[in-house]
Amino acid sequence: MSFIKIEHAKKEYGGAAVIPDLTLNIRDGSLFTLLGPSGCGKTTLLRMIAGFNSIEGGDFYFNQNRINDKEPSKRNIGMVFQNYAIFPHLTVRENVEFGLKQRKLTKEEIQQRTTKYLKLMQIEQYSDRKPEKLSGGQQQRVALARALAINPDVLLMDEPLSNLDAKLRLDMRQAIRDIQREVGITTVYVTHDQEEAMAISDQIAVMNHGVIQQIGSPKELYHRPANEFVATFIGRTNIQEAKLVTTGDSATIAFENGFTLSFDELANELSQGVRVSIRPEEYVRTKQGKDTIRGVITDSVYLGMNTEYFIHLDTGENIQVSEESTIEEDLKPGDEVWLAINKQKINIFTEDGSRNLLGV
Amino acid sequence: MILIQALFINGSFSLKYFIEFFSKSYYSETLINSFKVSICATFFALVIGITLAYLFSMFQFKGKKVLQILIIIASMSAPFIGAYSWILLLGRNGVITKFLVEYLHFPPFDIYGFSGITLVFTLQLFPLIFLYVTGAFKSIDNSILEAAESMGCTGLVRFFKVLLPLLIPTILAGALLVFMRAFSDFGTPMLIGEGYRTFPVLIYTQFISEVGGNAAFAASLAIIAIVIALVIFLIQKYVSNKNSFSMSSLHPVQPKGIKGLKKFLVYLVVYGIVFIAMLPQFYLMYTSFLNTKGMVFQEGYSFNSYIEAWDRMGSAIINTIRIPFFALVIVVIFAIFISYLAVRKRNLFTSLIDSLSMIPYIVPGTVLGIALLASFNTGIGGSGIIAITGTAFIMVISLSIRRLPYTIRSSVASLQQIPTSIEEAAESLGSSRFNTFIKITVPMMLPGIISGAILSWITMLSELSTSILLYTVNTKTMTVAIYTEVIRGNYGIAAALSTILTIITVISLLIFMKVSKNDSITL
Repeated sequence: MSFIKIEHAKKEYGGAAVIPDLTLNIRDGSLFTLLGPSGCGKTTLLRMIAGFNSIEGGDFYFNQNRINDKEPSKRNIGMVFQNYAIFPHLTVRENVEFGLKQRKLTKEEIQQRTTKYLKLMQIEQYSDRKPEKLSGGQQQRVALARALAINPDVLLMDEPLSNLDAKLRLDMRQAIRDIQREVGITTVYVTHDQEEAMAISDQIAVMNHGVIQQIGSPKELYHRPANEFVATFIGRTNIQEAKLVTTGDSATIAFENGFTLSFDELANELSQGVRVSIRPEEYVRTKQGKDTIRGVITDSVYLGMNTEYFIHLDTGENIQVSEESTIEEDLKPGDEVWLAINKQKINIFTEDGSRNLLGV
Repeated sequence: MILIQALFINGSFSLKYFIEFFSKSYYSETLINSFKVSICATFFALVIGITLAYLFSMFQFKGKKVLQILIIIASMSAPFIGAYSWILLLGRNGVITKFLVEYLHFPPFDIYGFSGITLVFTLQLFPLIFLYVTGAFKSIDNSILEAAESMGCTGLVRFFKVLLPLLIPTILAGALLVFMRAFSDFGTPMLIGEGYRTFPVLIYTQFISEVGGNAAFAASLAIIAIVIALVIFLIQKYVSNKNSFSMSSLHPVQPKGIKGLKKFLVYLVVYGIVFIAMLPQFYLMYTSFLNTKGMVFQEGYSFNSYIEAWDRMGSAIINTIRIPFFALVIVVIFAIFISYLAVRKRNLFTSLIDSLSMIPYIVPGTVLGIALLASFNTGIGGSGIIAITGTAFIMVISLSIRRLPYTIRSSVASLQQIPTSIEEAAESLGSSRFNTFIKITVPMMLPGIISGAILSWITMLSELSTSILLYTVNTKTMTVAIYTEVIRGNYGIAAALSTILTIITVISLLIFMKVSKNDSITL
């Protein structure tokens, strides 16, 4: 088992720096996810950890060992690929045995370990089948069994669920989570699906353009995103323009139409333009009052558990509000509503979106 | 590399002979003749090939599988065998000629010369176009044709405006192949040309002629041939790059059922063409069972021809099996390594190898033969090392050089279908690069390699142009034997040998189709 330390990693393609300067620490035994949109560098980084991409700068460590110059076959990693990469000409059992055979173990040991992992992934009954006769989910489990059987220090997974259908994805991600906890192996997981990341990770690193935007637990990322990118990438949110006005010990957020919220916690900041991130569930529909803002419904979508409202505010902005559905409720386009804002939960960013003024 | 050597050996002499070549119309006429014949043959082959491919892909009718095999067989044997058979059928004393003249009072006509050569080439080479185009059809999405139809464009118009443009890159590639084959074929014009001289024939006679053959002259002719081939190859590459788009069909074109007059016509055309193409082969098989004395067929059927053939030419039959076999082994091993380097380690060196290995594909067989002889006659660079002229080894090398590019191409194709993630997976599990190559990569490439190897085997069987220059009594192959027997007038033995060759080819072909599990062949 290893913890992973990456210091000032740099990756260049054709002279251009794709990852300029990246530092991160992954705790032993944790499931750490690299999350971000396509092209953000998450797979690139994973492959640098694996040894399939060259490292143009920085140091990579498994525990205290620097692995920059080690061949992939010597790093003791287990890797699961997006397209599974199962050897089509070998049976399931032979696939799982493959890594063990490279390590010069006795026949009995190989047999034992293979069977153990086949059982663990619930594919023992397919031992003698060729991969082409298996479904996507089954192939995925073969890939996982094969990677785990060699007892690697680190498990690397590159978007392993993206080729599965929606229902299977949910089942498999839970299976992966359970196995990882049971085996206790340090895992680096790459995905662009933020819901998947939230569901299984201990820690998530959100990346954009080769730069880490924030590292934290799912809860930290959702409730206190470090910048606007993270706020909009994880979950959904509305962004409203406003001005922060600070005088002495008090501070106010003033919206376009004159609506204000007092925010004394921000009294230390300079007066500036700000962008306020309010998630759909952080608006509360209520009666007209002192701290409420007026809007007009433009559309509503009934989703079962929740109902979504598209609302045009008096500030001139369009927002989405989500609330739990009730049978009696019957709001239609054109209806007037009054919204209160849950101050505990919202986030306020600098005008360029780069810093959360309420940040930790 | 060997070719460059040959060029240097003749370096100082060449210019003189180039001038001589172009100034004497006797010589330059052969070049023009070759072009004429090749262009005509290519044109007709295109017409027949594309028509057949269209009919096969668009319509349903019985016997497609058998027809396809027959079409392929028609192209697998050496062209000159067909030529010789056509002489028997349509020559001055030909069976069909006699029939037409005596019973139907046709005016006597001449199969020799230009028309004969063109006929033989066309029937021999249209299968190549057919195969290329049917393959291309498979990647055309039916919705494109339906869209055209919904806009009022049907039948012939649709064919010319929609289908043909989509097929152009394939057609050009096929046309180039056909043109080069026609241009560089030696045996057919030699037999059926009768005074209509083509370029390869000129090279051969200049080199071999007992009346003071001029090796240097022949070599400079060879250079001309190479230059021509190169130019055509580059033109084709340029044109097809400009016109290519990538297509993948979700709904490949499905053949439709047809009725009535259309059905009758389709059957007529398809079966008719295939019958004509196969006629020489069938007739030869028939004559092999006739009693023969020299050039005359006599009453009665027997196996005599076969017995004589085995007695006199038994070694030829064995040579035809063992020499290509060795060449095959060499080719497969080289192809695997070269293709791995070309695909996995892309750098300047490897793309150089890729282009260089196309050269034997372009160069006519006679030229290659001369180059090999020039290089190895006195050892490399005249030093006496590896003076292997006249041995089986030089024939093995010539076959290997000719087939290496094709096998590399098909190995590259199979390799490209293996995602790099498979090899990375093996590596991540602790396997060294070499171990991955042996245990994972090669086994996965194997089906592609095997089918490529069988295909190479089949073409090696019918090779004549190079072997005729390189052979000795001990290293005669069947094609050479057939050729010499025809020249000597021993038609019976020639027929028997041809039939044996055809049978071996057919068996190999059937094995190939079993192994590769699909009906498409790219040559």
